[in-house]
Amino acid sequence: MTAYLLKRLIIAALTLVLASMVVFAVMEILPGDPARLMLGLNASADQIEVLRNQMGLNAPLILRYLHWAGGLLSLDFGRSYTYSVPVIDLVRERVAVSLPLALIALALSTLIAIPVGVFSASRQGRAGDTLAMGAAQLGVAVPNFWFALMLIYLFAVWLRLVPAGGFPGWNAGIWVALKSLILPAVALALPQAAILGRVARSALIEVLNEDYIRTARAKGLPYHAVLWRHALRNAMIPVLTILGLQFAFLLAGTIIIENVFYLPGLGRLIFQAITQRDLIVVESIVMLLVAAVIVINLLVDFSYAIVDPRLRGRQ
Amino acid sequence: MKLWKTILAAAALSLAAATSAFAARTDLTLGIVLEPPHLDPTAGAAAAIGEVTYANVFEGLTRIDDNGQVQAALAESWAVSDDGKIYTFKLHSGVKFHDGSAFSADDVKFSLDRARAKDSLNPQKPLFAHITDVTAVDPATVKVTLDGPQGNFLYDMGLVAAVIVGKGSADGNKDKPIGTGPFKLDHWAKGSEITLVKNPDYWGTPAALDKATFRIVPDAAAAVPALLSGDIQAFANMPAQDALAQVQSDPRFSVVIGATEGETILSINNKKPPFDKLAVRQALASAIDRGAIIAAASNGLGKPIGSHFSPGDAGYVDLTGVYPHDIVKAKEYLKEAGLENGFSATIKLPPVPYARDGGQVIQSQLKDIGVNLQIIPVEWAEWLSQVFTNKDYDLTIVSHVEPNDIDIYSRPGYYFQYDNPKFNDLIKELDTTVDNDKRLELLGEAQKILAHDVPAVYLFELPKIGVWDAKLQGMWTNWPIEADDLTKVKWTD
Repeated sequence: MTAYLLKRLIIAALTLVLASMVVFAVMEILPGDPARLMLGLNASADQIEVLRNQMGLNAPLILRYLHWAGGLLSLDFGRSYTYSVPVIDLVRERVAVSLPLALIALALSTLIAIPVGVFSASRQGRAGDTLAMGAAQLGVAVPNFWFALMLIYLFAVWLRLVPAGGFPGWNAGIWVALKSLILPAVALALPQAAILGRVARSALIEVLNEDYIRTARAKGLPYHAVLWRHALRNAMIPVLTILGLQFAFLLAGTIIIENVFYLPGLGRLIFQAITQRDLIVVESIVMLLVAAVIVINLLVDFSYAIVDPRLRGRQ
Repeated sequence: MKLWKTILAAAALSLAAATSAFAARTDLTLGIVLEPPHLDPTAGAAAAIGEVTYANVFEGLTRIDDNGQVQAALAESWAVSDDGKIYTFKLHSGVKFHDGSAFSADDVKFSLDRARAKDSLNPQKPLFAHITDVTAVDPATVKVTLDGPQGNFLYDMGLVAAVIVGKGSADGNKDKPIGTGPFKLDHWAKGSEITLVKNPDYWGTPAALDKATFRIVPDAAAAVPALLSGDIQAFANMPAQDALAQVQSDPRFSVVIGATEGETILSINNKKPPFDKLAVRQALASAIDRGAIIAAASNGLGKPIGSHFSPGDAGYVDLTGVYPHDIVKAKEYLKEAGLENGFSATIKLPPVPYARDGGQVIQSQLKDIGVNLQIIPVEWAEWLSQVFTNKDYDLTIVSHVEPNDIDIYSRPGYYFQYDNPKFNDLIKELDTTVDNDKRLELLGEAQKILAHDVPAVYLFELPKIGVWDAKLQGMWTNWPIEADDLTKVKWTD
């Protein structure tokens, strides 16, 4: 187990180094001068030079990479060109929105998907299954910004139960803040739940056809006990894999939903930073996300061992 | 469901009735599309900085009003020397910055010297370059000396980048703007909203609003429900696009279409063959149909223009008829240029609806005279470096939103690559002319030269689509400068 852990950690570190090079190189290749963007059309060439020097953009590429990467090692993520505040402060503000949102959406999607998956699998081919999987198909197919807008019109414009968008900040009170995350979380969760539900169903159907399920039934265990205790647990591995992927996506890939609900999340920060050529912000945040994905994958690997005792002894 | 709604509506109504019985509202939430990168108008070109801070947080010596006219602001009066080189400003007394420090002539000297300093990052630095000396004669008097008469000097002092900042607070303005205005910054939740509150110590007429929140709504689709739900009560310029009709038919809202300073033009690289030939540019001007472009690129709301001048400004001359839409004539021009079989070129389009939508219409219109355009979509950063800085383009569509900017055609090295000595002389004369009637006459001549010489094809003036609660008064109709001046905004019942 220790050797396995060590190997995984070394691979993770190598991935980070490689990713830092790729991210840095890609951002440098992008055309566009951050100084010109900040100073606008009326600025003179020497003004732009002054600003470029101030931002350290005139130093050689390698030096800038080493400076940035060295900073990352000591957890110094640099300063944003446009906002002129430390990147880590920006990230902290945005994570306070994105992380709770991702967690709520993930919880919602799991709470919906697992029961639906179990329900469908246990009624395979019957009307209930067809209906549930039809709904799931719809959930996958409907574009989420459209779905989000429908939610807004229904719950914010018509019923006025929640705000149409925006995030008042956690200082405004937990309930007020949560209220503004409900619709985006639902809009994010339903398509995810649809995918997850289908995966859960097919994994479960496969397990239900195994011999040991028949044995368990034959020894007199009631159907629901077999389904929930023996079958579901064995079907969890593909479900957990998808969950891990979805969580990574929810952390930063939610730019469309963040735009529709004008939430100040990580996805929008990255998008904004790319259009403004705030290179250091993009580079540092992407690295943080790479790290987050690696950690999530490690956690998923460990969780396999928890649901499946056979994996604990291996490697 | 229906019952629910009735109950909720009743509750909302009784609540509204209860509050309105006491007093009119004093808070306002406005939607803005782009978040300002920071809040120091003297250190960044982003229009959103001025939208939030101009006249609300920061004030200049003069200010520009809703109609584009120069008004007194921190300077209560001024005198100009006979040679037009020395301006003596008399300042208001009793003015305080938001941090409590007193405003005086020293702050004016500091602000102007800072803007024209060698390492200045002021986005309008070239304008300040004409200042040769600033002297604080006494705490309430400032003398500004110029290198020559500047016809537009008082106007320039009212621009967003010319606001007066405090000597002791200027360096922190990006995050904590300290001005002299009727509002001060309460808090800025980055990515989300900027909240201003009334400045109780304001020297002039106090604002009617106690609190104003600028909420960032980047998505056009989100803007409409935000308005309908009442979360946002005003958009100075709404990214409405196709949804405008929906809001227009709703009596709860006022929709006010105003003018901006945004001349939307088909810019031409005047040095690049075949566009260096006048006949080719004339062919382009004759081939385009402004009506169709305006319908597609601005929902039919933009005003057609025939030169680089806003129809809302004094001195405007209607030159839209110089090259009327005429395919036959356009083909003749091409023939004259020896290109009767047409040619191919590229058009680089920045990521704004007016450019992307307008570009497609222009592509199909030019196809009629045998000019094949290849559309290249670019983002702003690419546009700035490829088109604006490196002049690597044939055609592009862009809106020039700077006010009074007809002089850009005389700037050496500007991306149009247009060089007309006659026009340059005219602008030089204009710069040094102080007499208003003479200025308007010169401006008219400048417009005519551009209209006939076609250094760019003039399309339309970008509209300002103001949408706000019908009970709200005092919002700007026009955008002579991009500012959401809230000093006179109030709720009525």
